Amino acid sequence: MSATQFKSPVVRWIDHRLPVFSMLHHTAHDYPTPKNLNYMWNFGSLAGLSLAIMIVTGIVLAMSYTAHVDYAFDSVERIMRDVNHGWMIRYIHMNTASFFFIVVYLHMFRGLYYGSYKAPRELLWMLGVVIFLLMMATAFMGYVLPWGQMSFWGATVITNLFSAIPYVGESIVTLLWGGFSVDNATLNRFFSLHYLMPFIIAGVVVLHIVALHRFGSNNPIGIDTKGPQDTISFHPYYTIKDVFGIAVFLLLLAMAVFFFPNAMGHPDNYIPADALQTPAHIVPEWYFLPFYAILRAVPDKLGGVLLMFGAIAVLFVLPWLDRSPVRSARFRPLFRIFFWLFFVNAIALGYLGGKPAEGIYVILSRVATAWYFLHFLAILPLLSMFETTKPLPKSISEPVLGSSGRTA
Amino acid sequence: MLKRLFIALFAVTLAGPAMAAGGDVELQKRDWSFSGPFGTFDKAAMQRGFQAYREVCAGCHGMKLIAFRNFADLGYNNDEIKAIAAEYEVQDGPNDDGEMFMRPGIAADRIPSPYANDNAARASNNGALPPDLSLIAKARGNGPDYLFSLLAGYKDAPEGMTVPDGMYYNAAYPGHLIAMPQPLYGEDVTYSGDADDSIEGISSDLVQFLMWAAEPKMEVRKRIGVAAVFFLGIFVVVSYMAKRRVWADVH
Amino acid sequence: MAKSDTNKNPAKGDVQEPGRRDFIVVATYAMAGLGAAAVAWPLIDQLNPAADTLALANIEVDISKIAVGQSITVKWRGKPVFIRHRTADEIARANDTNLDDLRDPQVDTARAEKPEYLVLVGVCTHLGCVPLGQKTGEVRGDYDGWFCPCHGSHYDTSGRIRKGPAPTNLEVPPYSFLSDSVVRIG
Ligand code: HEM
Ligand code: FES
Repeated sequence: MSATQFKSPVVRWIDHRLPVFSMLHHTAHDYPTPKNLNYMWNFGSLAGLSLAIMIVTGIVLAMSYTAHVDYAFDSVERIMRDVNHGWMIRYIHMNTASFFFIVVYLHMFRGLYYGSYKAPRELLWMLGVVIFLLMMATAFMGYVLPWGQMSFWGATVITNLFSAIPYVGESIVTLLWGGFSVDNATLNRFFSLHYLMPFIIAGVVVLHIVALHRFGSNNPIGIDTKGPQDTISFHPYYTIKDVFGIAVFLLLLAMAVFFFPNAMGHPDNYIPADALQTPAHIVPEWYFLPFYAILRAVPDKLGGVLLMFGAIAVLFVLPWLDRSPVRSARFRPLFRIFFWLFFVNAIALGYLGGKPAEGIYVILSRVATAWYFLHFLAILPLLSMFETTKPLPKSISEPVLGSSGRTA
Repeated sequence: MLKRLFIALFAVTLAGPAMAAGGDVELQKRDWSFSGPFGTFDKAAMQRGFQAYREVCAGCHGMKLIAFRNFADLGYNNDEIKAIAAEYEVQDGPNDDGEMFMRPGIAADRIPSPYANDNAARASNNGALPPDLSLIAKARGNGPDYLFSLLAGYKDAPEGMTVPDGMYYNAAYPGHLIAMPQPLYGEDVTYSGDADDSIEGISSDLVQFLMWAAEPKMEVRKRIGVAAVFFLGIFVVVSYMAKRRVWADVH
Repeated sequence: MAKSDTNKNPAKGDVQEPGRRDFIVVATYAMAGLGAAAVAWPLIDQLNPAADTLALANIEVDISKIAVGQSITVKWRGKPVFIRHRTADEIARANDTNLDDLRDPQVDTARAEKPEYLVLVGVCTHLGCVPLGQKTGEVRGDYDGWFCPCHGSHYDTSGRIRKGPAPTNLEVPPYSFLSDSVVRIG
């Protein structure tokens, strides 16, 4: 593309030397997007928006936050009470963290359902899992910063996971803490890293998008685009659709921020950290609950930790566990049933993670944990060998022409 | 369909931890003036609540996050605030001789706590620590209802339950054994005017005051929220129409 | 829905932005812009002084213990405020100055509510250093007031700039006497 197509001479002058406008134009106009994407494809842009909101509000919070065990709690309360609009900025940061996870989970289930992790998008998927991991680390460390009871005990429990590692576990935990317990040194390094990691996430998001643009979006039918009749330009079609998605997202977020700001938090985090007293029920943030359930399902310390990390590791190798050449669940009747079972199972794990680890809950957690791994390690490989898939359409425009209701 | 399922199931996960926080305590559900999207605080009740806090609770519980200047929210004017502040003795210093000294409070000061530190508080209370009340209404599940039920929850222990020395039976307290003796009996505070000074009346005034203390920006938050939701609601409709318009020619 | 441009094949992406000019589309982007602008305000306003900072914006100072000829320095809004109990000679000199000799002409009576007490923000109007002259024995400059060591500004006994790079007189903060012995600054 030549720079001459821009009307403004200033734009042309800059673009000739620094082709940012060409790049933007390329993404918006020349980048062909399947025309049959449904609303499940809105969650990518929403995740990007969430990250942007987190970074902007986070930088602002950091201007008034004090990373010291004696001041952290009060500095957050000062944000809530004295800093102009501080309460709003903090509630946005808190609630967008939750919404970020909702969006990313939906984004991931979308990928699981439509087989977006399959060739040639394996790296795209794996980069996504990296983002997910980094997000979890960031959110965990952020939750420590207000230095309430849940902050402190969450930090203690999670860092203690590493003590399960044979021989070096204790030394690693001491290293993480910078002391003999979660204390000022821990808080300071968590703040430093909590500030840093979102920018690393942003970097991985760029790679994620580079990988996306290599082969373009997958689509609900899961077959490759065959030519211009299958695609439309990103702008204005998907920009306007994303704007609509953003509007809905922001409406729900505003309802949470302004009317139920603490609904997804825990009351105990309004009690200042006390190293001598653990709250009665300690639960992590809701978005960690499925993994927390897996951790507690195993009676062995090391085993629980390994399984919990295994639950994420298995996502990395997913492209090689599901070898079926058909991507979309629409043409895989059995896979579709198992997908929904998996989905319900994941929700169940989340529910169980928030329950006390006793009685029936322990047994259910074990069943659900077993199912989680069975799905990836046995069901998917077997399905790819034995499932009879439905015939695939020849191209995207072929079925789409028939039923216009599907396009939106 | 797919989306609705997602939403329903996520709602279940969100409810999970909230449900886990329950227990076998009796909570009296009340209608508070501050609940709901248009809820506001009751200023007169908050002033009475502050009076009750000061006369009944402040001997043991601090409210160190609250400054006298914040009382403008309760409907006091500057002179009244200064007068209230001046009734307190506040530590300041060091002076030119290096000594800490006491002086009357000013509007910018925070409410002084009854004990110098947690250990002093424990030492005076049989080892139990009376928590600071600044955030108490948010630091307990169902804060307002819980606080109300707790203050009105002192009863005789059920048959067969032994209540140790220095402990008291309370229907709303988790575990039912609480180290705080019953603070309210009714008519504990002399209200000017004919406000209800029964246990329930004083408790509900205290809840108004404590909820405000925990969430002083609640009213402005809800006001902005109504405007934001209104704007975004229109934005959803308009952007949906625009999306339909742009997509009208895609087949 | 009459469309202004006849884009028959949007798939090719060769037509410039179909539907761009439609009212509802423009309205959508306008609302997005409006919303973004509304959110920008709290993000900027949070940089302004917070409520607890503003609450300390005025202080009350006991001046009864300042001997004649002595000065004290108090902190107000994070800056030094000089309060000098001037001698009769200092007051006389401040009043006898010819206004034509001044870079920033101002009579002394306009700078001191009570001539005995001079209250000044102790920040050099050049680039913000704190001038010398408060403690006994410190250099007071050629005009016996204050001397800024950073780039050599000389202030007189009324805190007016007489020599050096500073453009204006030392600022007089808003203050009032609550009684003979207490001054309220701010
Ligand atoms: C991936 C992006 C991010 C996530 C998921 C995230 C998550 C969180 C969470 C869960 C909290 C605890 C909120 C609470 O319960 O009080 C928090 C607090 C905090 N975050 Fe972030 N954050 C992100 C980005 C940032 C960035 C870029 C900064 C910039 C420095 C930042 C600064 C802070 C500060 C200062 C706090 C403590 C104040 C508070 O508790 O509200 N965050 N974060
Ligand atoms: S700052 Fe005082 S002379 Fe330059």
